[in-house]
Amino acid sequence: MEDIKNPAVELTGVTKRFDDVIAVDTIDLRIADGEFFAMLGPSGCGKTTTLRMIAGLEFPTQGSLKIFGDEVGTLPPNKRPVNTVFQNYALFPHMNVLDNASFGLRMQGVDKGEAAQRAREAIEMVRLGGMEKRKPNQLSGGQQQRVALARALVNRPKVLLLDEPLGALDLKLRQEMQHELKELQRELGVSFVFVTHDQEEALTMSDRIAVMDHGKLLQVGSPDEIYEHPANRFVADFIGQTNFLDGTVRDSETVVLANGSAVAAPSRHTAGTKVALSLRPERIIIRDRGDNEAQPGTDGRGLNGVIRDVTYMGNSLAYTVAIDWMEVEVRTENRPSVARLNPGTNVALTWLDTGASVVAD
Amino acid sequence: MSGSVVRPTGKTGRLLAANAWLVYLFFYAPIVVLVIYSFSDSRNVGVWGGFTLDWYEDFGNSRQAKGALTNSLKVAVASTVVAVVLGTMSALAIERYRFRGRAFFDALLYLPVIVPDVTMAVMLLLFFAEAASLFGFSKGFATITLSHIAFSISFVSIVVRARISGMSEQLEEAAMDLYATRRQAFRYVTLPAIMPGITGGALLAFTLSLDDVVITEFVTGPGWTTLPVFVFGLIRKGVTPLINAISVIMLIASMGLVALSLLAERARGDRGSEA
Ligand SMILES: Nc1ncnc2c1ncn2[C@@H]1O[C@H](COP(=O)(O)OP(=O)(O)OP(=O)(O)O)[C@@H](O)[C@H]1O
Ligand SMILES: [Mg+2]
Repeated sequence: MEDIKNPAVELTGVTKRFDDVIAVDTIDLRIADGEFFAMLGPSGCGKTTTLRMIAGLEFPTQGSLKIFGDEVGTLPPNKRPVNTVFQNYALFPHMNVLDNASFGLRMQGVDKGEAAQRAREAIEMVRLGGMEKRKPNQLSGGQQQRVALARALVNRPKVLLLDEPLGALDLKLRQEMQHELKELQRELGVSFVFVTHDQEEALTMSDRIAVMDHGKLLQVGSPDEIYEHPANRFVADFIGQTNFLDGTVRDSETVVLANGSAVAAPSRHTAGTKVALSLRPERIIIRDRGDNEAQPGTDGRGLNGVIRDVTYMGNSLAYTVAIDWMEVEVRTENRPSVARLNPGTNVALTWLDTGASVVAD
Repeated sequence: MSGSVVRPTGKTGRLLAANAWLVYLFFYAPIVVLVIYSFSDSRNVGVWGGFTLDWYEDFGNSRQAKGALTNSLKVAVASTVVAVVLGTMSALAIERYRFRGRAFFDALLYLPVIVPDVTMAVMLLLFFAEAASLFGFSKGFATITLSHIAFSISFVSIVVRARISGMSEQLEEAAMDLYATRRQAFRYVTLPAIMPGITGGALLAFTLSLDDVVITEFVTGPGWTTLPVFVFGLIRKGVTPLINAISVIMLIASMGLVALSLLAERARGDRGSEA
């Protein structure tokens, strides 16, 4: 596991069972202090449950959960130095913005005047100055989201948990808020644990990403580690787009594809393992090969094919290329300097050694 | 919303409008008649004998009528307070906690709404006959109040539950995440959010208690009467506009009550209107 000293949050062998459902399955995870950490995975994979266990809204069935070194296993939420931004904000409908924002401080016994003062600062920080007297139902989705943020941050938590905080916002606002959240996190230096099922959001915002499926942690790493070196087929498929070319490992340097052609693809799998070569569409270099039938590329990193279809996508072009036994998607930038190829063209597909990764199930 | 495609037009529209007017007429014509004849200077209801306030004066002078009104109010206040507390608690228990026998308890709570008044009255009468010898309370205020509590709890509980089920449990979680204890979460978040339900339930309990004739008649003791029972007694002796006057007073009182609760609601500025 990564070497993180004094992690803000540390989960060791944490399992959560609801009756017969295993929502979270023996997870080991360390989140560093001041880190922007994203938890990514399909619906129902256990992201919310993991977050709720850190918040204290759910207790682990098994395992140890520490916050800054203190075991918090069954400590109630009001005794933990973490705060949550809920998916649908959960603002108190009967309180105005100011009362919502000062609630946490009041509950901690901060006197009214000071609580209001600090709540005002937090409201200012999320750029809602002047809206203190409004009720939540008089605010737009984005504004409610900011109130939820102010309400949590005013307590100066050591860890802020965010459960799909941008899920309800439209694209434009979402991008704006992504930027603001990231800025805020940098400024405050607080750990953000951010749940999302939007992989792009995770890639652009996070220092590290954890990919989950069926309650299990599949991979934890920086965005580029996850994108460039997916731990398995699921991760490669879930993060970004890719082509899977099924094959078998011949030796540590070669994979034999379904049609018998050998391509250079280093892997740590043992010979004979069924694997897939994951080729990102934008990492494939496509060029017109005329009538040349020789296997293209250096060191056997190439395949021949014929263009079936071209899709115009504005800033890029997507080619559907038929190779012997399947179709592969290739993306090129839509630039004047890049020649546009037509359907029916014989093409050579090549890639650099960093363009492909070998993944098993 | 004018011009909406789902809005009936032409003949259908006119028929619907006519229907609405008929329904209103059906509801309000008797009330209007009732009010008008309470000012009629004639012993016979339905015969206009000129304008007078005598019947209201009669009510003011009648020791019996005023006593019945006081009794009614006492019972209504006492039974409402108790029913609201118990009803709200049971609503919270059913909505928020999973316990053994929850479904059974739930069904049980609806029973007084379904059971006919007479059945309920007989049950209570038999119960008090036993209980009176055991605990030694006399029939009257205590038995009536207890009976009213018994049926009001169900209504309060139903109204409050509707409110609670519309309120996300996440609000309480959010409160606890923000350092509130369970008790504080209830006091500052849950209670204000369900308050409109509680007010509604209280209003309902109060009205039901003020109205009740059947059950009260069964469980009351000698010399103890509430206003509706008193009115019922008067009718047997013959209908005079005094009954109209009393009815009008009750009508105004209950309208005042509703108006008051609406005002209170508004003063809170739409509190918890979107839980
Ligand atoms: N209180 C509960 N009782 C029973 N099962 C639950 C409960 N909460 C969650 N689960 C189950 O645990 C699993 C994980 O749920 P969780 O809410 O953590 O998923 P998620 O990754 O947050 O999904 P989403 O992206 O849809 O929010 C699901 O199969 C869910 O049905
Ligand atoms: Mg979730």
